[in-house]
Amino acid sequence: MTTLDSPPTVSNMAKGSMTLFLGVGVLLALLIVAKTTSAAMAFHGYIMIFAFTLGIVGVINLGFGKGGRITAEASPAGVFYNDGVIKACVIAAVFWGIVAFLAGDILAWQMSYPALDLGLPWTNFGRLRPLHTSAAIFAFGGNVLLASSFYVVQRTSKARLAGEIAPWFVFWGYQLFIVLAATGYLLGITQSREYAEPEWYVDIWLTIVWVVYLLVFLGTLWRRREPHIYVANWFFLSFIITIAMIHVVNNLAVPVSFTEPKSYSLFSGVQDALVQWWYGHSAVGFFLTAGFLGIMYYFVPKRAQRPVYSYRLSIIHFWSLIFLYIWAGPHHLFYTALPEWTQTLGMTFSIMLWMPSWGGMINGLMTLNGAWDKLRTDPVLKMLAVSIAFYGMVTFEGPLMAIKAVNSLSHYTNWTIGHVHSGTLGWVSYVSFGALYCLVPWLWKRKELYSLKLVNMHFWISAIGIVLYITAMWVGGITQGLMWRAYDNLGFLKYSFVETVEAMHPYYIIRAVGGLLFVIGALIMAYNLWRTARGHGDAVPIGQAVPAE
Amino acid sequence: MLFKYENLEKNSIILVIGILIVVAIGGIVEIAPLFYLENTIEKVQGMRPYTPLELAGRNIYVREGCYLCHSQMIRSTRGDVERYGHYSLAAESMYDHPFQWGSERTGPDLARVGKKYSDSWHQEHMHNPRDVVPESIMPAYPFLAKTDLDYRNIAADLRANKEVGVPYTADDIKYAVADLKAQLDPDSDGYDAFIKRYPKAQARDFDGNPKKISELDALVAYLQMLGTLVDFSIYNDAANSR
Repeated sequence: MTTLDSPPTVSNMAKGSMTLFLGVGVLLALLIVAKTTSAAMAFHGYIMIFAFTLGIVGVINLGFGKGGRITAEASPAGVFYNDGVIKACVIAAVFWGIVAFLAGDILAWQMSYPALDLGLPWTNFGRLRPLHTSAAIFAFGGNVLLASSFYVVQRTSKARLAGEIAPWFVFWGYQLFIVLAATGYLLGITQSREYAEPEWYVDIWLTIVWVVYLLVFLGTLWRRREPHIYVANWFFLSFIITIAMIHVVNNLAVPVSFTEPKSYSLFSGVQDALVQWWYGHSAVGFFLTAGFLGIMYYFVPKRAQRPVYSYRLSIIHFWSLIFLYIWAGPHHLFYTALPEWTQTLGMTFSIMLWMPSWGGMINGLMTLNGAWDKLRTDPVLKMLAVSIAFYGMVTFEGPLMAIKAVNSLSHYTNWTIGHVHSGTLGWVSYVSFGALYCLVPWLWKRKELYSLKLVNMHFWISAIGIVLYITAMWVGGITQGLMWRAYDNLGFLKYSFVETVEAMHPYYIIRAVGGLLFVIGALIMAYNLWRTARGHGDAVPIGQAVPAE
Repeated sequence: MLFKYENLEKNSIILVIGILIVVAIGGIVEIAPLFYLENTIEKVQGMRPYTPLELAGRNIYVREGCYLCHSQMIRSTRGDVERYGHYSLAAESMYDHPFQWGSERTGPDLARVGKKYSDSWHQEHMHNPRDVVPESIMPAYPFLAKTDLDYRNIAADLRANKEVGVPYTADDIKYAVADLKAQLDPDSDGYDAFIKRYPKAQARDFDGNPKKISELDALVAYLQMLGTLVDFSIYNDAANSR
């Protein structure tokens, strides 16, 4: 059959330089193991030696004995898409998703019954909490973004991913980052910067992986056979670039020594606080929003079989969204020692952010015009549609909470936790689940999912979980905020702090039950996807003998 | 027309540059001035860098993720000020690399917790919070009293802080280990030199076990100094209004 490209090959030059790079990594890791006073960092050194050595074996093995030819199959359109690495990302996403949700639910039970902290260093709330947030955002969310961006950029460019080693380096390098970060938290290695807890050496590693990710993405765009770069790719590109920028600036620090894990942040106090929340809110804006909007712009039209509602709206809301988001950080610091002018700027831009956010929601939902009937028969599309509805809700709630008067009540309370989880469970996870339910049959070449009934079950169980979670946190958070500022008729504070802790107990339990339902939903998904990949049930394999165009 | 929108979506490099410009503006306008506007940090009396023992305690505070449940930032709202004391100043965290303002109050704010409770209260509280506050949901930290404090790198810790701008002197770094020990024993030879370097620092055995330099020693020393440095009797609110 005729194909657009010749089959992919890997050069000895690329294999040699990658082997050299990993070899240097082994030497540096050996140096760390030999010289560090920290048992935890020595453990990280061993992990790195193990990972880099496996990497060298993998690189040498690539195309070995076949003259560098890579096993690949042409698509019906004649493109040798690199689907292997996407499959790996999908498997990792499902695995880390379950880890993240489970860790979150354990924390929820710990807050209900503190005996569950067990009094051990590595099982207490303070060390497990970053494990939950990093696993959810970076391990689950990150692998979903890797999978979907690699899929979308290839399909919308009609080109194979750039490089043969590089995409795999991004995948495995990213998993190494996750393992180092997660084990580090449990062993007490943290910078205490929320959502940027990993220490300096793990940050450097992520920077290297991220730059290669950007190059793979751009390199694939350069090979594209379409004159225009598709809208989903603008969002992916802005996500990759902005995360690189904020990651590097927020993690600037001076290590105690090059063989010790501890470092001290370059900035201090008020400047450090604003840099961190500039990072923190931009991580929300670019990792959890722009990236997942990229997913929406490909998977919703594809699944609904409808074109994107408005091209014009996508341009306007893209540029205004990325311009405004970066300013929103100060709304995490209202009434603090941050200068007033900065707080006012942050509030103003946070409120303006409502508009481009709803631009995205409208563009997503209106894409379903003429396909609304499919929500009755296709639970995957239903999940995608509900995720957009959650996105709309949470991007209305955000600007509301960024009004100083509202924030004086909501800040430091569980309302914030409820808000975050409307976004991460309702929007990020649901749109991710939708994308995974699409990707697995496409990648493993199955006609359908194993069972749409199970998808529906997943949808409803986790929807009930989310509702329990966020309503408990809304009511609990507002109760907490009101109790903190309640006065008796003599003008004294009415409640001691611990009375407000006690008042949270029932809400913490309801939240933990909601979280448990969400975990169960994810386990159902994992089972369904596994059976799909195996070709069971409705997931009949698609015949390979499709003639080339 | 000189500029066509099409160029942005037909040329990936132009698109990358466009994105970079658009996302850089916010940070430049909002963050950069904080580094040179002089009124960002108030003029106060009493701020000093952490003693080596306090710094070691702070590192344990960071390691255990205390900031995830406890803020160290009293807002200028009536409820906050009446519950926790004078609202926090930017000056009070000027030597904090990194800051510990926090984002949650699952537990109470700790910005001015220093000297509010006795050492023995802290010792019992860390061993099992429910022994002193029955409704508390804080994890227990019984291992802190049992673990020897690792201060092998304490001089390097001070040096790294100096490199990022904390005004430690060469002597502060040279005598870091001696100062750490002296703070635990006011009767020791090193005490006079220590208190000269860190005036008004609290010095005593903090964990209730003079035979051991434990992680609890360091953590309690840190907690007991929180919010106690700035002299508010001579602080001028109006002059520092921003």
